[in-house]
Amino acid sequence: MLPALNEEEKKRRIAKRVALEFSDGDVVNLGIGIPALVSDYIPEGVRVILQTENGVVGAGPKPDVEDLRFIGAGGRCLSIAPGGSCIASDLSFGIIRGGHLDATVLGALQVDSEGNLANWMVPGGLVAGMGGAMDLVVGAKKVIIATTHTTKDGRPKLVKKCTLPLTAVSVVDVVVTELALFRFRDGKMILEEMAPGVTVDDIRACTEADFAAAEPVQVIKGVAQ
Amino acid sequence: MPTKVIKPVTSAKEAVSGIEDGSSIMVGGFNYGGIPYTLIDALVEKGVKGLTLISNDTAYEDVGHGKLVSGGQAKKVIASHVGLNKATSRLYNEGKLELELVPQGTLVERIRAGGFGLGGFLTPTGVGTVVEERHQVLEVDGKKFILELPLKADFALIRAHYADRMGNLTYFGTNRNFNPIMATAADVVVAEVDAVVDVGCIDPNDVVTPGILVDILVVKGDSYYAART
Repeated sequence: MLPALNEEEKKRRIAKRVALEFSDGDVVNLGIGIPALVSDYIPEGVRVILQTENGVVGAGPKPDVEDLRFIGAGGRCLSIAPGGSCIASDLSFGIIRGGHLDATVLGALQVDSEGNLANWMVPGGLVAGMGGAMDLVVGAKKVIIATTHTTKDGRPKLVKKCTLPLTAVSVVDVVVTELALFRFRDGKMILEEMAPGVTVDDIRACTEADFAAAEPVQVIKGVAQ
Repeated sequence: MPTKVIKPVTSAKEAVSGIEDGSSIMVGGFNYGGIPYTLIDALVEKGVKGLTLISNDTAYEDVGHGKLVSGGQAKKVIASHVGLNKATSRLYNEGKLELELVPQGTLVERIRAGGFGLGGFLTPTGVGTVVEERHQVLEVDGKKFILELPLKADFALIRAHYADRMGNLTYFGTNRNFNPIMATAADVVVAEVDAVVDVGCIDPNDVVTPGILVDILVVKGDSYYAART
């Protein structure tokens, strides 16, 4: 049976699991929304260097005294961690595209069975722009999607084929939702972990994408049993 | 007339006096950071129209260069993200604004290409997306790349930290973003700074933008964001 979770519980659950995907020393860019929560849950002993595309390598937590001369990509004030640096946008995107970023965590509107991602535009909706998302997913070594399993009105976000404009083709490595973790291995979408008490059939019922289930599917890491 | 070596330090109003209806301008900044707020206010005051605005984003409706968009002074925007300034989307949907959305890394690199004398560059960003539609796609070693072309402008309005009288610039914190790159890619470069110091007061090792790239210096004003960034 699917657990009854409010939106905040879903977000926290997703962020906790994503935070276990990093290795010590990884350079990571976190997007806005759920991805931004991930830094709260990085395990002790794993030193992650946070990059923000507006120009910080080594971002630290929100400071006690806010200074608008140090902000993150979402516009919120940040500190610079010891050993951090302030850089310009050309180098920032050189780092992103050039393969110097170990992982990026972003939200999604749709992810499909082929690892295609749509997360920047809904035709007819507010025109926002792709920002740095297209560069991030093409350049980062590992693309982690942190998203609720379905839309607020219950429609699948994990679909057979993306119908919204793509951010990039075949780039997704991991999808973490409040219910499951999928990995793309050799072009195939594999269900590897599930929330406690959830069955593969439960996941299939709310997932449109074709996926294979690992044998066995593990209980999702980082969630209290 | 100032010499080419010692740069004029002027009011914001005087610095933007050459910007006319139809001019193209690059404006530094990312979200709240590194926007030349004082220069923008002078441009709003001047009321020029038909501007082509090249910037990372369009800030907010009532913040920085976002005001040029919401006030109807821009005819075209080239940017990577415009979602925080609702006027951009509204005017675009009403057919009152041309909008060219460019991936952020591509945007900064197009400006760099413009300033660095390159005819363009190949990027994997946007392959297989709508970005591809208006571009040539080339294959190098079996991998697809999009050919992106350089961007230049009549004016670059940038924000730096300190300047010396020769126009050498330093930057501070996350105010840097697009500013040093834009300093290479416009006919006239106006830098808004915290303070202008004498030649020799900035360690050459700390100079990010050499003064030869800068034309006019303006000391920042005391508006809310100018004072805080």
